Amino acid sequence: MKQTLPSRREFLCAVASCAAAATAAGCSDLTHTGWFQSRFREMSEAEKKDLVAGLEKSNTARFGKEVTVGVEPPMAGAEFGYALDISRCIGCRRCVYACVEENNQSRDPQVQWIRVLEMDKDKGVDFAHADAYYDAEQVPRDGHFYLPVACQQCENPPCVKSCPVGATWREKDGIVVIDYDWCIGCRCCMSACPYGARHFNYAEPQIPAEQLNPKTHYLGNRPRSKGVVEKCTFCIQRVRNGRYPACVEVCPVGARKFGNLLDPDSEVRAVLENKRVFVLKSELNTRPRFFYFYGL
Amino acid sequence: MATLRNFWQFVLGSLRIVLRGNAWYWLWVSALLVPIGIGAAYYVRQLQEGLITTNMRDQVSWAFYIGNFTFLVGVAAAAVLLVIPAYVYNWKPIKEVVVLGELLAIASIVMCGLFVTVDIGHPERFWHLIPGLGSLNLPQSMLAWDVVVLNGYLVLNLVIVTYMLFSLYRGRQPRKKVFLPLVLFSIPAAIAIHTVTAFLYNGLPARPFWNQSILAPRFIASALCSGPAVLLILMQLLRRFTRFEIDDRAIWKVAELMAYTMFINLFLLGAEVFKDVYSNTEHLVFMRYMFFGIGGHTAIVPYMWLSVGCSIAAFVLFLIPTTRRNPITLNIGCVLIWIGVYLEKGMGLVIPGMTPDTLGEIYEYFPSNSELWIAAGIFSVGFLLFTLMVKVATPIMLGEFRAAGIDPVDPVEHGAAALAR
Amino acid sequence: MPSALGRHPGEKIEVPPPPFTEGAFPCTDCHDPEIPVNRTRRPMEMAHAEIVLHHDEEHRWCLDCHSAESRDKLHLASGALVDFTESYRLCGQCHGDKYRDWRAGVHGRRSGEWNGHKTYLLCVNCHSAHAPKFQPLKPMPPPVRPEGLAGRGEPK
Repeated sequence: MKQTLPSRREFLCAVASCAAAATAAGCSDLTHTGWFQSRFREMSEAEKKDLVAGLEKSNTARFGKEVTVGVEPPMAGAEFGYALDISRCIGCRRCVYACVEENNQSRDPQVQWIRVLEMDKDKGVDFAHADAYYDAEQVPRDGHFYLPVACQQCENPPCVKSCPVGATWREKDGIVVIDYDWCIGCRCCMSACPYGARHFNYAEPQIPAEQLNPKTHYLGNRPRSKGVVEKCTFCIQRVRNGRYPACVEVCPVGARKFGNLLDPDSEVRAVLENKRVFVLKSELNTRPRFFYFYGL
Repeated sequence: MATLRNFWQFVLGSLRIVLRGNAWYWLWVSALLVPIGIGAAYYVRQLQEGLITTNMRDQVSWAFYIGNFTFLVGVAAAAVLLVIPAYVYNWKPIKEVVVLGELLAIASIVMCGLFVTVDIGHPERFWHLIPGLGSLNLPQSMLAWDVVVLNGYLVLNLVIVTYMLFSLYRGRQPRKKVFLPLVLFSIPAAIAIHTVTAFLYNGLPARPFWNQSILAPRFIASALCSGPAVLLILMQLLRRFTRFEIDDRAIWKVAELMAYTMFINLFLLGAEVFKDVYSNTEHLVFMRYMFFGIGGHTAIVPYMWLSVGCSIAAFVLFLIPTTRRNPITLNIGCVLIWIGVYLEKGMGLVIPGMTPDTLGEIYEYFPSNSELWIAAGIFSVGFLLFTLMVKVATPIMLGEFRAAGIDPVDPVEHGAAALAR
Repeated sequence: MPSALGRHPGEKIEVPPPPFTEGAFPCTDCHDPEIPVNRTRRPMEMAHAEIVLHHDEEHRWCLDCHSAESRDKLHLASGALVDFTESYRLCGQCHGDKYRDWRAGVHGRRSGEWNGHKTYLLCVNCHSAHAPKFQPLKPMPPPVRPEGLAGRGEPK
C-alpha cells in the first residue's frame, strides 16, 4: 500500500491544481489535511506528526486553550478487557456524563456513548422491556436492575466488516477505532452494530470551550465534525498512557473494571476466572471484550 | 476517425432533439424542474446543517433515502424481464422495446446514486470509495460490493444503449457478436445488483428482521413486479404519443410474466410471515411493529396494510387474463403493484428493520419534509433523464433521426424492427 | 505464581485517609486513658449520639471493633490492634469474600493506572462502618429522546 500512496496524492494534487491552480508548494501542504488527507492507518510517522501538529494548532485556536492530539500506538503485550458488575450498578449515570466530558461528545445535539438501561428483575436481561429514559429521585429503584451499554470492543466486530472504506478497524490492543477524517458517514456500521454503540453526528457538535478536554487522541476524543460516526474507545487517550478509563474511576459503586486480559494479575482476569460472566448477544458470535458479571 | 466524427454529430443531433419539443414537452420538463429546484434547496440546507434536517436518528439511522435507493435498485433490474423473453427465448415483439428497459435501468441507477449521495454524511469524500485512489473495503463490505456492481451495471447499460442507438443512427444493425453477449450479461448483472443490495441488509445479524435468507429472493421477486409495471405504462404512453409501434402481444406477455412474479412475491411474503408468527420468538417484534404497531406507535401501520392490499389486488388483476388484457384494469394493476412494492421497499423494509432498535428502543420514524422534498427532487431528476433519453431514442428507433447521408427510412426496414431480426 | 484473588497477602495497600467525622480523631483527645471504661451496652448520650448503628446491631456494639485499651486503634477478634488506615483487615474478618474480591480489584473502586500505581478506596470510604448499606443516589438526567434531539437553529 505504501508505494501506491504517493501516486494517489499526486493524482489528487493534479486534480486540485487543475481546479484551483494550486501551487506545487501549496498542494504538498494539503496532502495531510483536509480533503486530500490519506488514511491515518497508512501514514508514515512523519506524516502523522505533521497532521497532529496541524490539528493541535487549529483546535488550540478554535477553543482558546492548549489542545494536544496524541497518536500513541497500542502497547506491546496489552489487550484490553472490561468487566461490569450488574449486581452493583445502581443506574446513577455518573459514567455517562464523565464519558461525555472526558471524550468531548457533542452537548448539542446530545451524543452519549454510554446508555444505561433499566430492566425488570423479574424479566432479566431483556431489551424489549428496557428503558433508557428512567428518571427518579433515587436509584436503584425497587424491582429493577441496571445495564449500562457502550461499545463492546468485539473481537469479531461486525461494524468493521461493514465499513465500505475501511475507516474503522480493530487495533492490536483490541480497541475498535474510527478515523474521523476517513469516515464517509454512510452509517453501515451503525446498522451492523448489535449494541447501539455507534453514534452519528447529525449536526455540527457543540462543546463549550471551557468544557473541552484538551488532552486528546487522534483515534479517540479529539473534536469531531458533523457527518461522522463515533463511539467508545475505552478512553484510548487515557488507557494507552496507563490510566483507567474515566467511567471506571467515576463509578460510585465500583462496578466497572478494566485491565489487561494478558496480565493474569489484572482485575478483569480475576473477574473472568472467578465470577459468573456473560456477554451481550453471545449468539451473534461478536466475541465482546466487554463482560458483565454478578459480583454478588 | 469517421466513427468519432459521426459520434460527435450523433451527440449534437441528440442535443438538438432534446432542445426541441412541443408545449406539452416543455410543460412536463418545467413541471419536473420545480421539485428539482426545491429538493436542491433542501439539500443545500442539509449539507450546511447536517442530517439533523432529516428525521433519522441513532435509533433509526437508515430510513427513507436508503429505502428509496433499495426500491430503485429493483426498478433498475426490470429490464431483465424484457431481455429474457427477447434474447433468451428470441421473442420478437419484445425485442423492439428492450431499449426502454435499458434506459429505465440507467435512470434508476442514477437515482440510486443520488439517494446514496444524499444519505451520507460526507459526500465530498466519495473518492475514498474509488479503488486505488481510496480504500474500497473489498471483499468484506457489502456496501463496497454494491458500489462495484451498481456502477458496473450502469456502465453496462450505457454501453448497450449507446452502441445500439448509435448503430441504428448510422443505419446499421448492431453486430450480434458485440451486442448479444452484452445483453445476455446484463441478466446476471441485474440479478447481482439485487442480490448484493439485499445482502447489504441480509448480512447484519444485529438486525434479525433482515437477517433471514429469504430476503434476497424477496428483493428479486418484488423488483420483477414493480419494474415491469413502470415499463408497461411507458410502452402504452409511447404507443399513444409517438409513431412507435408496440405490439399488444408484447404488453400481454410482460403482464403474464408479472402475474407469475407477483405470485412469487406474495408467496415469499407469506412464507416470512408464517415463519415469524408461528415460531413467535422475540424476533416477531419487528413484524408486529410493521403490521400492528407497538404501544401506540403505529405511524407506518396503515402504509403496510395498504401495501399488502395493493399487491394482492394487483395480483388478482394480473392473474385473470381478461383483466390483464383490458388496458384500464391493466393500468390500474400496474399502479397498484407499484404502490405496493414502493411502500414495502421504501418503508416496510428499512424502518421495521430498525424499529425497535438493537437495545429495544422504539423511535417512531417518519420522513421529514426535507427528506420528502429531496426524494421528490431525485425522482424528478430520474424522470427528466429518462424523458430526455426516450426523446432521443424514439426517433432513432423510428428511423427518423439518422446520420447525414443516410436517408430517413422505413422504420419497418431499418428501425426498431431491425433489432427484432 | 500467586493467584489473582487474595494475592500478595502481606502487601501494603495504598488507600486514602479514612473518612473521620470532623474533629473525631485522634480519639484520645477526648478518651483519656485514665478514665475507666464503661463496657455496658447503652445509648450514646454525651457524645456520638448521631451514630445509629445499622450493622448487625443485634449482636454488635462499639467495643467489638474499637479498642477500649488503645483508643486510636481498632482491634481484630484476636485482640490484635490495627490502624484506621488498615480497617479493611477488620472488615475482612466477617466479609472474607468481599475482602478477597477487594484485594483483587473486583470489589470496590480503584483509580490510577491499570498497569501500575493504583489507589484503592477503604471499605469505609463507601460503606459507613456504622450503617454500611450503600445509600441510594439521585441519578443524572436521562438522555434526550430522539424526537427532541435538535441541532443548532433547528426548531424543537
